[in-house]
Amino acid sequence: MSVLVLAECANGKLKKNAFEAAAFASGLAAQTGADLVAVVLGSASADDLASLGKAGVARVLHASDSRLDRMTSTSYTKALQSAADAAGASIIVLSHSSVGKTIAPRIAVRRNMTLVPGVSALPENGTFRKSMFSGKAWGDLKPEGDQLVITVNPNTTSFTLGDGVATVESLAVELSDSDFDYKIKEVVNESAGMTPLPEAELVVSAGRGMKGPENWGIIEELAGELGATTACSRPVADIGWRPHHEHVGQTGIAIKPNLYIAIGISGAIQHLAGVNQSKCIVVVNKDPEAPFFKAADYGIVGDAFEVVPKLTEAVRKLKNS
Amino acid sequence: MKILVCISKVPDTTAKISFTDNNTKFNEDKVQFIINPYDEWYALVRALELKEGAGGTVTIVNAGSADNEQIIRKGLALGADDAIRIDMQANDAFQVAAEIAAVAKEGSYDLILCGKETIDYNGGVFGGLLAEMLSMPYVSLASKLDLQENSLLLEREIEGEKEVIEVAMPCVVSAQKGMAEARIPNMRGILASKSKPVAVITPSGTTARVPVASFSLPPEKGACKMVDADQAEELIRLLHEEAKVI
Repeated sequence: MSVLVLAECANGKLKKNAFEAAAFASGLAAQTGADLVAVVLGSASADDLASLGKAGVARVLHASDSRLDRMTSTSYTKALQSAADAAGASIIVLSHSSVGKTIAPRIAVRRNMTLVPGVSALPENGTFRKSMFSGKAWGDLKPEGDQLVITVNPNTTSFTLGDGVATVESLAVELSDSDFDYKIKEVVNESAGMTPLPEAELVVSAGRGMKGPENWGIIEELAGELGATTACSRPVADIGWRPHHEHVGQTGIAIKPNLYIAIGISGAIQHLAGVNQSKCIVVVNKDPEAPFFKAADYGIVGDAFEVVPKLTEAVRKLKNS
Repeated sequence: MKILVCISKVPDTTAKISFTDNNTKFNEDKVQFIINPYDEWYALVRALELKEGAGGTVTIVNAGSADNEQIIRKGLALGADDAIRIDMQANDAFQVAAEIAAVAKEGSYDLILCGKETIDYNGGVFGGLLAEMLSMPYVSLASKLDLQENSLLLEREIEGEKEVIEVAMPCVVSAQKGMAEARIPNMRGILASKSKPVAVITPSGTTARVPVASFSLPPEKGACKMVDADQAEELIRLLHEEAKVI
C-alpha cells in the first residue's frame, strides 16, 4: 500500500507545487503508515528528481519520454496509471493546478477511486477541509472508501523541507499517438518573468482608480521592486486596459498569496471572492468609504499616484538596509 | 453540429452565504440563484455564437430539482434550442458527471462544453470526469474556441502560459474567461423560451462519493490598520516586521 504523488515539472524543473504536494502526501503517508512514492513525467534532471527526498519522498518513478514535457489529459493519465500500478497506490495526490484539475478526475474514474478536489489541509478523522463558495465558507468533506485521489490547493498548506535524497527508478510508459488528446501547436509565455498568479506569494493589483492603461508604470515598478506579480480587477480587464489573464476575482482567477496589495480597487464582493484567502491584504484607495477597507489588514487613504511611488521607494530602502 | 452545454445552478455572486440544519445545508432563504457564470457567460454564449455562425443545435443539460426550471429557462431565453433536466438532488461532481455522461451518450454530441468550475463548490473537475466517462479528449481551462473544418482551435490559459491547441471532435471543453462576453436575453428570446422543450428524465441513481458533512464560515477579519498617506515607509515597515510578508 502506498501514497503516490505527482510531482509537476515545467521546462525540465520541478515546480514549487511539486514539493508542496509531496509534503502533503508525506503527511498523509505518515497518518496511514503507507509508503510514499513520487512520479515525475517528462524531462527532469537527476539532481531535481533526487531532491524530492527533501519533502520526504523515498522513491521516485521517472517517465522520461519528452512527449510528456507538456500535459494532455490522456497521456498523463496513462502514465499515472502505470505509476499507480508500479507503486501499488491506494491514494494519489496531485496539486490543484491546471495539470492536477485536468487529470485527477480521469485517473479517479479509471481506477474507480473517490476524487476529493481542492483540499486545504491534511484530513482530521477522515474529513478533508475545502474552501467553498469562492472562499466565503469551508466545507468538510467525508469521502467514501479509502481509495482516494486528492488534489491540494496551492499556497494553502505550509510545509518544511528536510535534507533527504530520493532514489530514482525509470518508469516505462508505452505511448502511441492516440494517447495524446490534442496537438499543442504553440506555447506562449505570458508571465513576463513574473511568478504565475496562481502560484505567486506577492501580488500587486490595480483597478479603475488608475484612470488609464498608460498609468500602470508605477504599479509595475512597485511589483518589480517587491518581486511581486501584477494583477487587476475585472473592469480594467473588460475594457482592455490589462490582459484577461491578470483578472483576479470570482470569475477570473482566485489567488491566495501571502500579500495582496490592491490599488484603486473599490472591493466589489465578486473581487473579494477571488482574493479573500490572501494572508495579508493592503488597500490603497482615495475613497475612505471603499468597501475593500473592511476586508483589509492595512489601509492607506490617498491618491495612488502619490502613495505608490513612495511605497516603491520604501521597499527599495528596506532591501538596501 | 450538435453542442451540449452543461449548466449548474449556483447562488448569485452577491448572495450572503449562511447555513442551516446545524451547518449541514446551504441557507437558501432570500438567495437569488443564477446559472454558474463560467457555464453561462463563457460556455453557453460561445456555443450560441458557434451555432449562429455555422448552424446546428445547442442543448443545455442540468442536474437538479424542478426549482431549477428558472435557470434553465434563462438559458433557453439566451438562445439554446432545448434542454434536458435530470430530476435529482446534485450532491457532488462525480454523481452529476455520471448522470450527464448517460445523457451525452444518447445524444451523440460533437462538442460538450462546461465552465471551468462552479462558484459554489469550486471543484473544477467536472469536465475531466465527464471526458473520462465518455472516453473523449478533454481540453480544460479554454479561453478561446474557434471552429475549423473538422476540428477545434483552442487556447488554454494556464499558469503563466497560453497553449494553442488543435483537437478533433467529439470532445469535452471547460471554459474560462476570454471565450465569450456575457449576454442579456432579449424580449423575443424570453418569449420564445416559454415554448421551448425541456425534457425531464429520471436519473440512473448514481450516488455521491464526496458529500459535504458540514459547512463553516471563516473567522471575521479584524479591524483594518490605517496608515497615513504621508507615512508610506511605515506601511512597508509593518509589512516587514509585523505581518512578516515581505
